[in-house]
Amino acid sequence: MVSQEMILERLFVYLNTTVPASAPVRPDIELVQELGLDSIKVMDLLMELEDEFDISIPLNILTDVRTPAQLAQAVFSLMEHANGAVR
Amino acid sequence: MALFDKFNKLIQERATFIQTELSPFGTRIDEIYSPTEGRIGECRVILAGTNNYLGLTFDPTCLDAARQSLEHEGTGTTGSRMANGSYSGHIALEAELADFFQRRSVILFSTGYLANLGTIGTLTGPGDIVLLDADCHASIYDACKLSGAQIIRFRHNDAHDLERRMLRLGEQAKDALIIVEGIYSMLGDYAPLKEIAEIKRQLGGYLLVDEAHSVGVMGKHGRGLAEELNVESDVDIVLGTFSKTLGAIGGFAASHHPEFNLLRYASRPYIFTASPSPASIASVRAALQVMIDQPELRTRLWANARHLHKGLVDLGYCVGPQVSPVIPVLLESPEKGMFFWQKLIKHGVYVNLVLPPATPSGQALVRCSVSAAHTPEQIDRIIGAFAQLMAEPRKEAVSNAQGATRPGYR
Repeated sequence: MVSQEMILERLFVYLNTTVPASAPVRPDIELVQELGLDSIKVMDLLMELEDEFDISIPLNILTDVRTPAQLAQAVFSLMEHANGAVR
Repeated sequence: MALFDKFNKLIQERATFIQTELSPFGTRIDEIYSPTEGRIGECRVILAGTNNYLGLTFDPTCLDAARQSLEHEGTGTTGSRMANGSYSGHIALEAELADFFQRRSVILFSTGYLANLGTIGTLTGPGDIVLLDADCHASIYDACKLSGAQIIRFRHNDAHDLERRMLRLGEQAKDALIIVEGIYSMLGDYAPLKEIAEIKRQLGGYLLVDEAHSVGVMGKHGRGLAEELNVESDVDIVLGTFSKTLGAIGGFAASHHPEFNLLRYASRPYIFTASPSPASIASVRAALQVMIDQPELRTRLWANARHLHKGLVDLGYCVGPQVSPVIPVLLESPEKGMFFWQKLIKHGVYVNLVLPPATPSGQALVRCSVSAAHTPEQIDRIIGAFAQLMAEPRKEAVSNAQGATRPGYR
């Protein structure tokens, strides 16, 4: 069973390999404004999550996402919706 | 956040480039002498960064057709296709393109960008699914966003990745719209359309191919990649532009679906903008005929593409993955890209400088493109300018570029 924390954990692993080591990754850090991810990298991140958890994540969820915590929440909701309760 | 605060990062990033003597963003080209030559400031340059694939912008028959139209139809239509903006030329060009592409319907748009917005953004809506290649053009992304459809990306030119994502979607994949491009504008590589068509046959979906850079360039008759690979019957919608091979401005969508024409009554980017100017339409009609009548132009274009590609590879540059009229030289940083771009102008060659995130690989690239109108001597001069850069004081720029990430390229 996948939990929101597990999703956030995977996000951190990805972000730590993508952004410069000096930038501390926190759940509430802004992906674009603070971490400096460009739009392509954010979309690539979704692709990684799709394959990691074997689900379809439309780009549309990014509209309301600014931080890793929000992204984990959005992906978790999607999984709940797709598979019933996943926790 | 104040309205303009969001641009602060952009201002910082661009500051160094804009302060320099020559800016790669919106470069002023002072004079155009021919499809392949112009002047930028004091420098007379070979134009090796256009999309003028067959060199038709100065073709006498195209110029003459545009002049005649100007004389007889005026400078603009001043209206939408749905109102007073459908002249006989617009209707005739739609019929001629339908005949050329062997499709039931063709709809003209005012630009290629609007063709994507007006087609994808109207055909799909909330509840629909679009599967697009990750390297698709911004107009395709914008069109998907406008539509409100669910957008799923697959890895660039990776048919297996598309298949995996379609399998994941299950039954929903049967009605999804798959979008790829013929030749990709930045890396000059082309879609694995045979494999994608096969996946579509097995799993369903509709296939849209944006042939903006491949019309007139690929295929026996110049219909693009789908013709080249003999999969035209698998393609539901062909998108294209008049601003590349056909040498003017405008766009079109072609399809065999009987309902396709209905888009005219639902597509806001078709309805709520002025139609292409009559002179543009007239020159495009002439250019289409030249393209059909002179297949030797395509032969010359590919000879030039192979010539330049080989020359750059022989010099040791890291270039795009496939030989095509778009030949990018990959460099590892924006600074090196800028150095190359400026030096090339000084050496008499204009190319396009492309920086991340517009570059698919995150690298900087100087995008060279060839035309059938380039002479072999001009191609040699372009190669010569790149060779000269090898000997420039900032030698590390070149040697580092050679060591740039190679997997997937060449």
